[in-house]
Amino acid sequence: MPISVIGKMEVKRLQVINEQGQADASLISLLPDSIYNKFFETITLARLYNQRALSLQREGRLGTYASILGQEASQIGSALAFDPSDWIIPSFRESGVLIAMGYPMRLLYRYWMGDERGMSCPEGLNILPMCVPVGSQLTHSVGVGMGIKHKGEKKAVAVYFGDGASSRGDFHEGLNLAGVFKLPVVFLCQNNQWAISVPRSAQSAGATIAERAFSYGFEGIQVDGNDVAAVYKATKDAVDKAKAGGGPTLIECFTYRLDDHTTSDDATRYRSRDEVEAWKAREPLIRLKLFMEKKGLWSKAYEDEVIKKASDAVDAAIKEAEAMSPPDAADMIRFTNKELTLRQKRELEELEG
Amino acid sequence: MPWTKIYGNKADFEKAGGAGAGLRGLTYREALHEAASQLLESDQNVFVMGEGVDDGGGVFGSTLNLHKRFGSDRVMDTPLAENALTGIAIGAAASGMRPILVHMRIDFMPLTMDQIINHAAKWSYMFGGAVSVPLTIRSIIGRGWGSAAQHSQSLQSLFANIPGLKVVMPSTPYDAKGLLRASVYDGNPVMFIEHRWLYEHMGHVPIEPYTVPIGKSITRRNGKDVTIAAVSQMVFEAMQAAELLAADGIDCEVIDLRTIRPLDSDAVIESVTKTGALIVADTGWASCGIGAELAARLVERAHGALKAPLKRINFADCPTPASPALEKAYYPDRHTIAAAVRETFELKRSNG
Ligand SMILES: Cc1ncc(C[n+]2csc(CCOP(=O)(O)OP(=O)(O)O)c2C)c(N)n1
Ligand SMILES: [Mg+2]
Repeated sequence: MPISVIGKMEVKRLQVINEQGQADASLISLLPDSIYNKFFETITLARLYNQRALSLQREGRLGTYASILGQEASQIGSALAFDPSDWIIPSFRESGVLIAMGYPMRLLYRYWMGDERGMSCPEGLNILPMCVPVGSQLTHSVGVGMGIKHKGEKKAVAVYFGDGASSRGDFHEGLNLAGVFKLPVVFLCQNNQWAISVPRSAQSAGATIAERAFSYGFEGIQVDGNDVAAVYKATKDAVDKAKAGGGPTLIECFTYRLDDHTTSDDATRYRSRDEVEAWKAREPLIRLKLFMEKKGLWSKAYEDEVIKKASDAVDAAIKEAEAMSPPDAADMIRFTNKELTLRQKRELEELEG
Repeated sequence: MPWTKIYGNKADFEKAGGAGAGLRGLTYREALHEAASQLLESDQNVFVMGEGVDDGGGVFGSTLNLHKRFGSDRVMDTPLAENALTGIAIGAAASGMRPILVHMRIDFMPLTMDQIINHAAKWSYMFGGAVSVPLTIRSIIGRGWGSAAQHSQSLQSLFANIPGLKVVMPSTPYDAKGLLRASVYDGNPVMFIEHRWLYEHMGHVPIEPYTVPIGKSITRRNGKDVTIAAVSQMVFEAMQAAELLAADGIDCEVIDLRTIRPLDSDAVIESVTKTGALIVADTGWASCGIGAELAARLVERAHGALKAPLKRINFADCPTPASPALEKAYYPDRHTIAAAVRETFELKRSNG
């Protein structure tokens, strides 16, 4: 036969709880009952943290900030599938991921207030600093995966990046190498439909981002990124596979950035109110609450209590962040190299006065 | 010459009689916009490409709505792929187009170094002059944007190290317009480096298209005591410092280098031969930088000219900070320059 089909691609999409809060019976039974409260509490906390960050920015108490509103299920559902000893490699929009991993909010606020000490990861967590050049972190994750494989550890790597980042060469090179070396990396694309003013459709002619994994020889899946259960399920499967030596997975979390790109952006200049409103109606907490209520896991009193606890924690974190004394000017020289050059030593002496 | 003057804002321009004297004032941002617009209008081979060139901000206003006027085939928003875009621009340039590639921040240019250094800078040489790469890459430097180490660098000296490239750093609206046109028609790859803090600066800009020669400095202020050679936003700081110092009876000569590759060291050496003292004010790091190059050329060609040690004004030898407390200690300004001039002036005097 001169022409024969030598490959076929099937792109899967996963949803566990639909927008009405109804769950797929066979899928939902695979998740532990105890997890929904964790979802609800962490999303509530991250959302409050985010809200306060935005108002602090407006008051001039915090610098330019990248909101996570609308993306909480994608961030938290995925992060909760990892252990604290796994490696987390964020872009610059992953406050929700970091909070889910137990990163101190005080440090996150400090970071966004403009303080490099905010990215000094505490002992017990393996989180690399936020990455400002979009997409460069993709290859770092492959290197971390390589280290894990080399040391024979039972750990996985999460690398977060946006739909915009998926156009970078580093995305393709990173995924290709992870496939070749069969590394324990979970590629978590936060497809929030926009890269500042560039819509997803202008980013690539491909229908999904998930399907790209096929050309690198591993699995890719799209999940409803506003369904925290689906994100968790897909990620947990990928983590288990990675730890069992099964190699990488690409997960495209199909979600939406409800706020401006950052506080210096004005999204009304490039997208319609109708589009935003339609996605608002699909935001992750609505369906989670409906589902939990049916299961008897949610009540107004419970929610009030969760909010109270979360806002106390956020208040305390802000208080601690603002009470931190400013960094010592000499720090900037001090940490530039392991051993300082003569010029640096001289400049350090000048700064130390 | 009215267009050699620099005004920090519109009010200063008006106060100096700008519009009153029949001179049209434009901001740096508007001057860039007008240059691009006239180039697109008169030359079908010119096109503009970059992330966000068509959005509501229009690269801080410098490309605002150009896509509406010239179409999105010629003013192109792109996916996020700096390295590929640079290769594409090089290919287009080699085939006869005159692309203007735009980066909102210079910090994303390191992603494109293979294309710039191994290809754009090399082809004319490698192919015996048979291929040229008339590519202009606009990028923006800044200071104190809060986003720190990966987001507010001044990388001009990296490019100035590479044969085959040109590097220009306009400090006034007049130069921004004239140098952009000169870059597009230069025939070589030109790194066109703007400063975000200059965007609202105002100055006289003629309506008709014109070019400012690449490789020629301009003396912004004549003086006899100390020469200050500066680039970009530091030219403005140097002019302010010169004002402060004039009040103390110190007379500075301020040279705006305008281009750092090729570097107009002749003008600086001539000035230093007169003043006997040199301060170099750069927006970036010192090591292997503009000041280092000027110092070397001065020593090579007029080693006896200095009557006091040369001083360089640069960033401290560490990454750009985010913290407001660190930024305060980090960024030099007119007062840093003035202090350096005073010290140099005293040394020169005591050396007789
Ligand atoms: C390499 C690089 N190019 C350009 C930018 C400017 N920039 C910052 S965020 C962004 C869009 C990123 O979009 P996406 O990857 O979808 O992430 P999102 O902001 O939606 O979370 C761009 C273009 C950058 N920071 N780094
Ligand atoms: Mg995005």
